[in-house]
Amino acid sequence: MTLPTTASGHKGLQLEQGLIFEQDTPGMTAVDLPSLPTSKQRLGDMNRNGPIGLPGLSEPEVVRHYTRLSQKNYSIDSGFYPLGSCTMKHNPRLNEKMARLPGFAEIHPFQPVSTAQGAMELIDTCARWLTELTGMAAVAMSPAAGAHGEFCGLMCIHAAHDANGQSQRKVIIVPESAHGTNPATAALCGYTVESIPANAEGRVDIADLRAKLKEHGDTVAAVMITNPNTCGLFERECIEIADAVHAAGAYFYMDGANFNAIVGRLRIADLGVDAMHINLHKTFSTPHGGGGPGAGPTVLSAKLAPFAPVPMVVKAGEGYVSEEHAGYGTAKQALGRMKGYHGQFGVFVRALSYMMSMGVDGLKQASGDAVLNANYLMARLSAELTPAFAGPCMHECVFDDRFLKGTGVTTLDIAKALIDEGFHPPTMYFPLVVHGALLIEPTETESKQALDQFVTSLLSLARKAKEGRAAEFQAAPQLSPRRRLDETKAARRPILRWTPSATDGAKQAAE
Amino acid sequence: MRYLPLSEANRRDMLAQIGVASVDELFRDLPKKALAAAQFDLPRTMSEIEVERALGVMAAKNMNCATSAAFLGCGNYRHHTPASADYLIQRGEFLTAYTPYQPEISQGTLQAIFEFQTQVALITGMEIANASMYDGATACAEAVAMACRVTKRSHALVSGRVHPHYHDVAKTQMKFLDVNVECLAPDPYGVEDLIGRVSPDLACVVVQTPGFFGQLSDYTALGEACHKAGVLLVACVTEPVSLGLVKSPGAMGADIVVGEGQSLAGPMTFGGPGVGLFATREKFLRQMPGRLCGETTDEDGRRGWVLTLSTREQHIRREKATSNICTNSGLIALAFSVHMTLLGEAGFTRLAELNHATACDLADKLEGVKGVKLLPSAFFNEFTLALPKPAAGVVEALAKKGVLGGVPVSRFYPTYPELANLLVVCATETNSAEDQVKLVKALNEVLS
Ligand SMILES: Cc1ncc(COP(=O)(O)O)c(C=O)c1O
Repeated sequence: MTLPTTASGHKGLQLEQGLIFEQDTPGMTAVDLPSLPTSKQRLGDMNRNGPIGLPGLSEPEVVRHYTRLSQKNYSIDSGFYPLGSCTMKHNPRLNEKMARLPGFAEIHPFQPVSTAQGAMELIDTCARWLTELTGMAAVAMSPAAGAHGEFCGLMCIHAAHDANGQSQRKVIIVPESAHGTNPATAALCGYTVESIPANAEGRVDIADLRAKLKEHGDTVAAVMITNPNTCGLFERECIEIADAVHAAGAYFYMDGANFNAIVGRLRIADLGVDAMHINLHKTFSTPHGGGGPGAGPTVLSAKLAPFAPVPMVVKAGEGYVSEEHAGYGTAKQALGRMKGYHGQFGVFVRALSYMMSMGVDGLKQASGDAVLNANYLMARLSAELTPAFAGPCMHECVFDDRFLKGTGVTTLDIAKALIDEGFHPPTMYFPLVVHGALLIEPTETESKQALDQFVTSLLSLARKAKEGRAAEFQAAPQLSPRRRLDETKAARRPILRWTPSATDGAKQAAE
Repeated sequence: MRYLPLSEANRRDMLAQIGVASVDELFRDLPKKALAAAQFDLPRTMSEIEVERALGVMAAKNMNCATSAAFLGCGNYRHHTPASADYLIQRGEFLTAYTPYQPEISQGTLQAIFEFQTQVALITGMEIANASMYDGATACAEAVAMACRVTKRSHALVSGRVHPHYHDVAKTQMKFLDVNVECLAPDPYGVEDLIGRVSPDLACVVVQTPGFFGQLSDYTALGEACHKAGVLLVACVTEPVSLGLVKSPGAMGADIVVGEGQSLAGPMTFGGPGVGLFATREKFLRQMPGRLCGETTDEDGRRGWVLTLSTREQHIRREKATSNICTNSGLIALAFSVHMTLLGEAGFTRLAELNHATACDLADKLEGVKGVKLLPSAFFNEFTLALPKPAAGVVEALAKKGVLGGVPVSRFYPTYPELANLLVVCATETNSAEDQVKLVKALNEVLS
């Protein structure tokens, strides 16, 4: 069956939609405002001269515009989203409702703290959940996302070494399998990065690590390890790693992006961790919103806690105060401020709403189901795909592309074919240590039925590839709002914004 | 537990297919010692209604700006958000999508980013903008870092009219990088000399428009002086609504414009999450931090959008990346963009005019309060008052009368006793005439 071409360019429910700039009715607005009070202007001579160039649309046009755009997106609400390392779990709408309570949404960061005691309590309660779940001494709540939390942790480590007269420590040891933010963050602290390879079973080789620690001696500031790691495996020798790191006078940073696998089962303090960020937008169900916002509270050991950035909520008698200045009071040794205001407060509300809903028992069940789902996928998919490492895996499983050898089909092709099957592809080509990696993270909020449908599709694609039907893959996806996009073209001659001339052609084509 | 779909029968069946007897067996790589030590003093699962009740009690302990007369600014602003904006950003297809890594099924997010980038570039008067940073303060720090990369210099000068959180964050972020972030003393009276300090060893001069204390200043001459010395002018905007009425930073010669988009995006939510705006000139494109969305075509020749130029970013460049940012502020950027689209040129201008007129009206009234002096300067929608006594106490007293009357400067500068009597007051379209009367009356009572 070939699809009919339509005069409109629409295809049934797939509706094409131009840019807002192509829908301009000059002078139109979707916002009516009350009339101006009569008062003398006090702008000096700072008036803008000339128009800005924003298009004018009415409310129905705007609602339709964004509704149509939304329909071009895949989302967790609409389907299975097994994007490894991203923990795309269900985002409860209760969280959204709670964040919109006027007592949370309509409060200003600089209203007197005496009038924001509920906000202080919320931050403190959220902090208590996080320190209790990790067993750590303190938590810096202000980091805005995982990478920002890494920055917070490494800066605390830097500050602690400086305070101990260990400023020569400038090296961070990071496994090759690490997420890109780890080395990028190390560089932001003025550190150099030394990589260690993964061993054949996908883990840090403690002998390698010991050798690296010895080689760099008293210049090692910290070792940064993701656990469970990006291969979906728990670093079994984690405690030995921590001991070796500490014996070398360095700190142990754990990337907590994968905390969802272990939450409610063990406390990372018992693993010897000095600092770890927690992506609230992964483990604690706050929505990813097409790119953010997130929050990356960073739990700290007693040795690092004094250096935590401001602001911090401090219990004072019956209520709370907000310590907002480094160098004073409880923030005497604080490294400074990392973010405006009080951190990602709206994300804290959502995360707390989730934690309270789950309870400690629900969180343990969730990590259990997340790991069960991943192992189930690994077991079933191994019928045709080649797992990169032996299980059991944690909350995600990784396959390499050996199963595609000689087929002419690549990991990318498989991913694009999955789009036609109605699934969001897994994370591709990450971790870098696995050739042609497909990193699959189902999360605990998928039913067995949803997993089985995915298995059926992916196994059938693997068989198709092995049957020599490569051409079908190279054409995929065919059923999505767009087919493969030319990324080389986008990068070679970047068009990063609308300009009247650049889109004249498109406008004519639409007419 | 309502969020977990597996039944006990499912679990048994799945364990059997995996070939293990229990879920615990799947966790066998976890150290036994740590498993045994695990204890959590935390509550158990709660129903939806119980969570609502508990959080409702906490929320009710806050005095909220919707039900009191509130005149608070200093980087966070209360504006009216059209009902359709909050509805649209809550569509699950936007709310529950990840970063658009698979462009074929993410065209909605991508097109919205492309439109956002265009809107930000237009209002700031710049050529290009990125897909967002965490917030205005971190965007400012990134601008300083970028200016150092572009100029290969390592000294930034920050005006005393820049939001203190912005310079604090820039200072913290550069702490371990041998970059000197020199912050000038707070400048409520607009007396600092920036042009005289411009020298060829500077990477950038950072200013804010409108300034932290509300002042409007023209930085055109400063921009010229900077450019003569090869220095970049970085301009912060904490109240983007001002750009509907006031000369844009681009028009004054700024090289990088950063800002906080919260004021147009939605509720204040105690200051976060916001959305960092980041715009610059095309010639600095390769040194920009953050994600960028670009136009291209698909295999059928249809126009579409992708994330592009990612060789600047951490997932490709690792320790050589321009920034470590990954997750940004996508949904808040969308909220900003939807509101801007609803406003359009006419609505945006009108909103800015209404803000300015309301603030002028309030200033007129407050100038009539005995002992209160308005610091001389042009302003947009906030201004600074000198009170006859410390502002922190006045604000507490006003709060007891149901009025959130402004932000005391001492909250940011506790070590400057000479600023203790200064109060920054903001008025937006959300402040009714009755609110203003309430403030004036309460202030008269508190000061008498
Ligand atoms: C392993 C790992 N570390 C760090 C990060 C960075 O987190 P964020 O995107 O919240 O900055 C991610 C997520 O993208 C990750 O998967």
